[in-house]
Amino acid sequence: MEILVCVKRVPDTAENEIAVNASGSDIVRDDVVYSVNEWDNYAVEEAIQIRDRVGGSVTVVTVGDADSEEILRREMAMGADNGMLLSDPAFAGSDGQGIASIIKGVVDQGKYDLVLTGALADDGAGQVGGMLAALLDWPYASVVNKIETGDGKLTVGREVEGGNQEINEIALPCVLSIQTGINEPRYVGIRGIRKVASVEIPCKGKDACGMPAATFGAASAKVKKLNYFVPELGAGAEMLGGSLDEQVEKVVELLKAKGGLR
Amino acid sequence: MSEIFAYILHKNGKADDTAMELVAAAKKVDPAVPVTALVLGSAADADAVAGQAANHYKKVWKVADAALSHPNAELIRPVLQKILPPGAILLMPTDSFGMDLGPGLAVKMGGAYLADVVNLHGVNAGKLVADRQEYSGQVYVKVEADVSAGAVITCRPGAFAAEEAGGAGGAVEDKTAAALPLPAVKRTFVKVVAAEVGDVDITKSEVLLSVGRGIESEDNLPVAFDLAKAMGADVSCSRPIVDAKWMEKSRQVGTSGQTVKPKVYMAMGISGAFQHLGGLKGNPFILAVNKNPKAPIFQVADVGVVGNILEFMPALQEKIEEGK
Repeated sequence: MEILVCVKRVPDTAENEIAVNASGSDIVRDDVVYSVNEWDNYAVEEAIQIRDRVGGSVTVVTVGDADSEEILRREMAMGADNGMLLSDPAFAGSDGQGIASIIKGVVDQGKYDLVLTGALADDGAGQVGGMLAALLDWPYASVVNKIETGDGKLTVGREVEGGNQEINEIALPCVLSIQTGINEPRYVGIRGIRKVASVEIPCKGKDACGMPAATFGAASAKVKKLNYFVPELGAGAEMLGGSLDEQVEKVVELLKAKGGLR
Repeated sequence: MSEIFAYILHKNGKADDTAMELVAAAKKVDPAVPVTALVLGSAADADAVAGQAANHYKKVWKVADAALSHPNAELIRPVLQKILPPGAILLMPTDSFGMDLGPGLAVKMGGAYLADVVNLHGVNAGKLVADRQEYSGQVYVKVEADVSAGAVITCRPGAFAAEEAGGAGGAVEDKTAAALPLPAVKRTFVKVVAAEVGDVDITKSEVLLSVGRGIESEDNLPVAFDLAKAMGADVSCSRPIVDAKWMEKSRQVGTSGQTVKPKVYMAMGISGAFQHLGGLKGNPFILAVNKNPKAPIFQVADVGVVGNILEFMPALQEKIEEGK
């Protein structure tokens, strides 16, 4: 099976406190630690496991700047066969559909049976996979937490409300968005990274991606970001100061009062 | 912009609570534009739910067919494409179905897609301004969408105050004929596998000690279980702990896990993403400890401590045991 996995380099919310910059135009990017989007990492692991079971290859692709190459290399160190960077100043300002359009160009040029994305990324929209499927006219399933391969089709589990799992059969080729927890992504050591350090990663720009320029970039975007902010949300929590000993003493008092100690 | 539509989720013949939230959301798009509720389902479900929706919406469209008894976005997308007028704005809740249907429908209808909005500021000259969250809720972003050719907007459950008043006395119009014949689809629903039942039923717990990513390692879990024992609490967790396979899914609090209603909820190293908070009901007393002072959990907690849970929990356990 030929599998394409769409990945994204994002500020790691587990490692960073995200703050809004002075003008509100963006988050503060100084000293931010970046990593591969967590959901995408599960998608790459799943693709590698499918390839190892049924054969084929795994290609990781990202739309981003030159810095994004590092995450492609990381996912190749995990076991992806190929990487592809889609980078061009003309891609800047694309909305979800613009990104989906750029990736569609790559899918059209390849012979993929399956395209995976993460179910969500840093912007919390979860949109590129579903849009790509619509542009390709391929079937789509979101928040997938189980994949079994079959003849010309897959059996997939979707994570639905209440911890239930919705089982579907879906014809290939298709697009799936992958939920965290579907597998246990393998650890990538420094040696693995070194092995792929000198591998050539092809880069495609606006012409090579093969899609009309009107389908991506700021001019095509139906959704534009105006400004970032952090709202005043009332008082919030009463924050306990003082030493750790003073804090836990106060917490014991509160727990007693609220019925939290039994 | 032609009309606003609200997609009504339903289960076992009963409209979801979000049906009333979308009434409020629609008013925030444009109070002057009429809103039509969309109810798709089996004949029995569509009838029952359309009746309920008519209490809150002046117009209700129903599409009834046995093939719609389970919501399959791959089937419902082309049906909506067929029956919705050009330029329609469709509101639906952010959930596993909205994520399945929304992005592709927006593309197919040539409209904008706005995912998981938490507030709406109205349409002006074809542009709709909305608030969304990014980075797991740590920051908000105001966005402007060109909705002149229509839009699909998923609305965060709970973000819009439900309009429970009712009494709309709406008229139900059967649009089934317009939807037929249903198209062939390449994805078929097989079954729903119910969540596994674990050894502890956290939905019945009065005191929950809930751990998140801040526990750092599986080896640290005894720190939480020991404190819980001293408190007489049960241990629950947030999604990353289950993803890492450190605890069973049955202990996960959140929209994709269990809905709990304790009296006291101790959020230890939990950032407080909305998917987690969505599983926390009944207005418990919330105490949060997190090393990130900007963690969204502090917006909803009653009492907060900025600190390392691996230091806080043993210290609290010691203090509790001193007092016994």
